[in-house]
Amino acid sequence: MSINWYKYASPATFYGLAGRLIPGFAWAAAVLAAAGLYIAFFLAPTDFQQGEAYRVIFIHVPAAWMGMFIYLVMAFWSAVGLAFNTRLSFMMARALAPTGAMFTFVSLWTGALWGKPMWGAWWVWDARLTSTLILLFLYVGIMALWAAIDDPRRGDRAGALLTIVGAINVPIIYFSVKWWNTLHQGASVKPSGTSMDEVMLAGMLVMAVAAWFYSIAVAFARVRRIILERERHTDWVNAQLERA
Amino acid sequence: MDLPTLLSAHDLECARGERTLFTGLGFGLEAGRLLLVQGGNGQGKTSLLRLLTGLATPAAGEVRWRGEPIRRARERYHREMAYVGHANGIKEEFTPLENLRLEAGLAGRALDEAAAAQTLSGLGLARCLDLPARVLSFGQRRRVALAALLTAGALLWILDEPLTGLDVHGVALVEELLRDHLAAGGMVVMTTHQPLTLDGVQVQKIRVGDWAPAARR
Amino acid sequence: MLRFAAPLETREEDASSSSLRFLLTVIRRDLLLAARRRGDWLTAQFFFVMVVSLFPLGVGPEPELLRRIAPGVVWVAATLASLLSLTRLFADDHRDGSLEQMLLSPEPAVLLTLGKAAAHWLIYGIPLLIVAPVLGIQFALPWDAVGVLVLSLALGTPILSLLGAVGAALTLGLRGGGVLLTLLILPLYVPALIFGAGAVDGVISGTGAEAHLSLLGAFFVLSLILTPWVSAAALKVSLE
Repeated sequence: MSINWYKYASPATFYGLAGRLIPGFAWAAAVLAAAGLYIAFFLAPTDFQQGEAYRVIFIHVPAAWMGMFIYLVMAFWSAVGLAFNTRLSFMMARALAPTGAMFTFVSLWTGALWGKPMWGAWWVWDARLTSTLILLFLYVGIMALWAAIDDPRRGDRAGALLTIVGAINVPIIYFSVKWWNTLHQGASVKPSGTSMDEVMLAGMLVMAVAAWFYSIAVAFARVRRIILERERHTDWVNAQLERA
Repeated sequence: MDLPTLLSAHDLECARGERTLFTGLGFGLEAGRLLLVQGGNGQGKTSLLRLLTGLATPAAGEVRWRGEPIRRARERYHREMAYVGHANGIKEEFTPLENLRLEAGLAGRALDEAAAAQTLSGLGLARCLDLPARVLSFGQRRRVALAALLTAGALLWILDEPLTGLDVHGVALVEELLRDHLAAGGMVVMTTHQPLTLDGVQVQKIRVGDWAPAARR
Repeated sequence: MLRFAAPLETREEDASSSSLRFLLTVIRRDLLLAARRRGDWLTAQFFFVMVVSLFPLGVGPEPELLRRIAPGVVWVAATLASLLSLTRLFADDHRDGSLEQMLLSPEPAVLLTLGKAAAHWLIYGIPLLIVAPVLGIQFALPWDAVGVLVLSLALGTPILSLLGAVGAALTLGLRGGGVLLTLLILPLYVPALIFGAGAVDGVISGTGAEAHLSLLGAFFVLSLILTPWVSAAALKVSLE
């Protein structure tokens, strides 16, 4: 049995599909986030080394994962769009970028909050922090490029090319910063290597899944808006608008 | 004798931003023929020419050269096609001679100075050979662009408003160039707002406005 | 009488020789242009010297401190100077229509972007190598560190030109293109900056420069192989 993927690659079909899926993802995200936060604040034990402050990692770690992961997904959709000329792929990349940038920013922010009690400094030029900062710069650059280009077709392609160049560059940046860092200040800023409690791990995973569902719901909502905007001269959009 | 259709367009659709300029546009052009692209401002004349050169890609449909889509036969097509757009493609810092020779080099060809000077003189630029293009008038620069067109030795010319900025003599010169090119079996696709007198030339016409989405519905 | 009849059969020529002619013409053309516009060229060089010279005024004249920051300062200034000139890499040719003509050449666009980046390096990169030793001495760098500084710039400035060409192609013809170019390209410069400045640092601190230089070389080779294709694709996107 084969699924007709091209059918779902058409913006008109996907518009309806995304609309039906959004509530499910949104509710799942809300429930899981509530559960995750409950685990984080009430079930997870106090860390004997870091005290209560460590609880920020329940937000920090999932946010950092998502920031990085969403960039990879954007790069994937960009490559698909350039290779197969599918409009929806570019729209997905555009819809994901703000969420990715938001998670990257949150992970930097919470990282600073966590770093103060842990390392005694709001900011250290550690490999992960530095490459996350540069990842945020990349997100900002891509969104600025989209904003500067009026023609949607050109914007899609230019943004996709930049995303892919960035995706090749991010690992290089990560390793170069890591290497630079070990030469400069040694391994003095490593987080304490305590073995992770099972409850803590569970809480983190629940939060991560919540972040996934949230990202999907928000990206779908955004992609629906982009579709409407792009296809506002077509018959099906006008029919939709009249019904609404 | 039946001449072969060398250039053809099939179901071309062109969108500028959100607006569809034309859709389903098609034609065929034989050797020795001139295609005059007509239409009002903003109807997509320049867009159509850019699709035909391969600089822009159509939203749908394709352009074929010698029966092959130009996307696949790009190298051969660009060897046999020359384009003069709104901008002349002339560097102001260079003299007409340098411009011509560099342009040949950019097409991967060699052009010796004597041949370049001869072509430029033939277009009435004998006295400006060594002046930087900066000091030339607009019409003179247009003539340099036409000289580059001649030295390209292309079979197909695509010309976007070649008469702009030319005086009466210039217009007559272009008409002569076109006649000679067509008589030698060359092909031309062009736009112009000015009247063109081409006796003994078979002119094919296409109105981009006829293919606008609203007109077809 | 066919006064202007051009030869309609194109001369058959060896494909590789015409590609080489194309590449060399692109480079020669830009060199010739730079020679005719010496003012622009001098501006970029003085910008580099001035930015570097501002630092001692800002942080104080202690030789110890200057020696510590010299590699980073020279390298950051080099990235900024290259960006300054990169904004016009394709913009001038775009304005007068010659960029379109170059893309309509039968030769592949990747040779165009490669030639453009090479010309940019010859015009704006090599002078930095010549000025850098003077700046190194100003910053009290030892001689072996000055040598490595020049070497790191020799390996690293081509990366700046190659990556910068991608940004210049992406931002072609956009309003505020210059600032946007900076925003897009500076993050991508980070590895070159780290390896380049790190090599000089390695000499000063005694840990050696070989590892940094070989990584810089690897990054250069990677950029040389990949970026001309991306720039070519970006140019086509920007011209549609």
